[in-house]
Amino acid sequence: MTPLLEARGVVKHFPVRGSLFGGPQKVVRAVEDVSFVIEPGATLGLVGESGCGKTTTAKLVLLLERPTAGEIRFDGESLATLDAQGLRRYRHSVQAVFQDPYASLNPRMRVDSIIAEPLVTNERLSAVELGESLRKVLDLVGLPARAARLFPHEFSGGQRQRIAIARALTLSPRLIVLDEPVSALDVSIRAQILNLLKDLQRELGLAYLFIAHDLAAVAHMSHVIAVMYLGRVVETGAARTVATQPRHPYTKALFAAALPSHPDDSRDEIVLAGDVPSPLDPPSGCRFHTRCPQVMPHCSTDEPKLAGVDGRDVACHLYDLAEVARATSPRG
Amino acid sequence: MSDTPLLEVEGLSTHYVSERGTRVTRAVEDVSFTLRDGETLGIVGESGSGKSTLALSLLRLLPPAARHVAGAIRFEGEDLLTKSAVEMRHIRGKRIAMILQDPMASLNPLFTIGDQVGEPLRVHEGASRRGAWERARELLGAVRISAPNARVRNYPHELSGGMRQRIVGAIAISCAPRLLIADEPTTSLDVTIQAQYLSLLRELQRAQGLALIFITHNLGIVARMCDKVAVMYGGRIVETGPVRRIFGTPAHPYTRALIESIPKLGDSNGRLTAIEGQPPDPAALPGGCAFHPRCPARLERCAVERPHDTAVGDEHRTACWLHG
Repeated sequence: MTPLLEARGVVKHFPVRGSLFGGPQKVVRAVEDVSFVIEPGATLGLVGESGCGKTTTAKLVLLLERPTAGEIRFDGESLATLDAQGLRRYRHSVQAVFQDPYASLNPRMRVDSIIAEPLVTNERLSAVELGESLRKVLDLVGLPARAARLFPHEFSGGQRQRIAIARALTLSPRLIVLDEPVSALDVSIRAQILNLLKDLQRELGLAYLFIAHDLAAVAHMSHVIAVMYLGRVVETGAARTVATQPRHPYTKALFAAALPSHPDDSRDEIVLAGDVPSPLDPPSGCRFHTRCPQVMPHCSTDEPKLAGVDGRDVACHLYDLAEVARATSPRG
Repeated sequence: MSDTPLLEVEGLSTHYVSERGTRVTRAVEDVSFTLRDGETLGIVGESGSGKSTLALSLLRLLPPAARHVAGAIRFEGEDLLTKSAVEMRHIRGKRIAMILQDPMASLNPLFTIGDQVGEPLRVHEGASRRGAWERARELLGAVRISAPNARVRNYPHELSGGMRQRIVGAIAISCAPRLLIADEPTTSLDVTIQAQYLSLLRELQRAQGLALIFITHNLGIVARMCDKVAVMYGGRIVETGPVRRIFGTPAHPYTRALIESIPKLGDSNGRLTAIEGQPPDPAALPGGCAFHPRCPARLERCAVERPHDTAVGDEHRTACWLHG
């Protein structure tokens, strides 16, 4: 089966204007050689801290940015080769829901116009057909039909996020990019929205690219997780595997730093020293070596490659050694 | 004297009154709790639950529209509500310090780190500028900032978010306060930086015997950091008790639902237990128990009668008719 979306060696660099007096041009290496696959009806969770490139990756998928190198394929077709009509079709198939439903909905439009806007601009529908699709998506996201005539300010945060989801659904997309969809919501509302997203995925066969800093929420929602650090994927694999038995030292520290759900939930605390380095000038070799508790001498010179370790892919030299040890041990 | 709690809040009510006095929002209503030396209390609630108003009430930093309408706040045995503005200024920053959510907003962009960390010392202890800078260097070391000698000369924009929040921490502990109130201190930080900051706070607490109050919406912070927790809903404390008891055997349906609605690492199947409906508007709270419209276990009387605060265990209290 062809994957729904596939990123191959995607790179995105942003040039930064040098100083007034010239000097070398600097480049922010936001995304560096990132590859992943999203299967139809499945969720890929992207995790990492600020500056790791997860939002840039989302923008590349949404065609809000074009990659510096590498390619993104949708349904087996490279986005770079799509003609105008192909791009239109792609933009129908891929929609987005953003973090802040207070900012993402026009306060001067009524809910029906907000939700129907993608349909009005993209398809020629009669008023009856419009009303029909409107009722359908409102019903899907669990809003009453009377919501259509109201303005966004008349809704709470959770309901606004339902409106944003309804708008994303109107063009019957196959992939929705969810960029921190619940972090602006109250705790008691988050579960409602996460459940709704899961239900919609099951009913409509939607695929999600789910980006959030709440690791437990990502692990809960995703089939596959990719952990990013300074523009690179350091570990990727089945969500449960990565979340419960992380192998990369960064993934370990990240999940150990995630807050417990119970006071007796005593995971080992791994407190990383220092801040995330600047993507303007990322460390040489493995980009995590400056903060890594298990750093080795060659980590600062050799860039590790993603390779299979215990059923997932990890980019870390610790596992080269394991490889070497296994290869040289008499029993193989 | 050692039996006297450090902080004792009794029947505290804070309301917001509209200009003509026609609309009253009961932001905090009849709240009581105690805190002993070195203890950590988590105050948990969603937006509009009154947790931030409660924090501001403790320091008497309320906006002009707010009124203390009842209750007492006894800190080291003295009622803070009867203090004059001048007396309060001597308490704030010296004996009770506060850390706010956004470190960029709590630092002045025009002053150096050294001036800002040293300011409380100059104000409260009459330190000289040179002496204050000297102490500022030590304090930066205490909050684990590398190269403090260089950092004192920096301005806030030259530091990362995690460092700025540690600077705010250094300011808070500069006069060795007895009580530190932290209002969502880590929401703007990344996960690994949050872990750094929380372990730093715990270290400072141990080293100085600080009592801590965490105001947060995040039950994970409570689980990791606190000894006791008070859950607020609609301006009132609906349940309070030792952290392990609250997480193990929550008595109030709201507390139970909150704990169950959080995704847990490693169990990725199935649905989360969602709480239906929205948190109430604090200006128009439902009658009876404020949680009754969303409560899965509501009884008939819940809509009309407000439940009393009842003991359900050792130091474990709840206001719910299931236990009334």
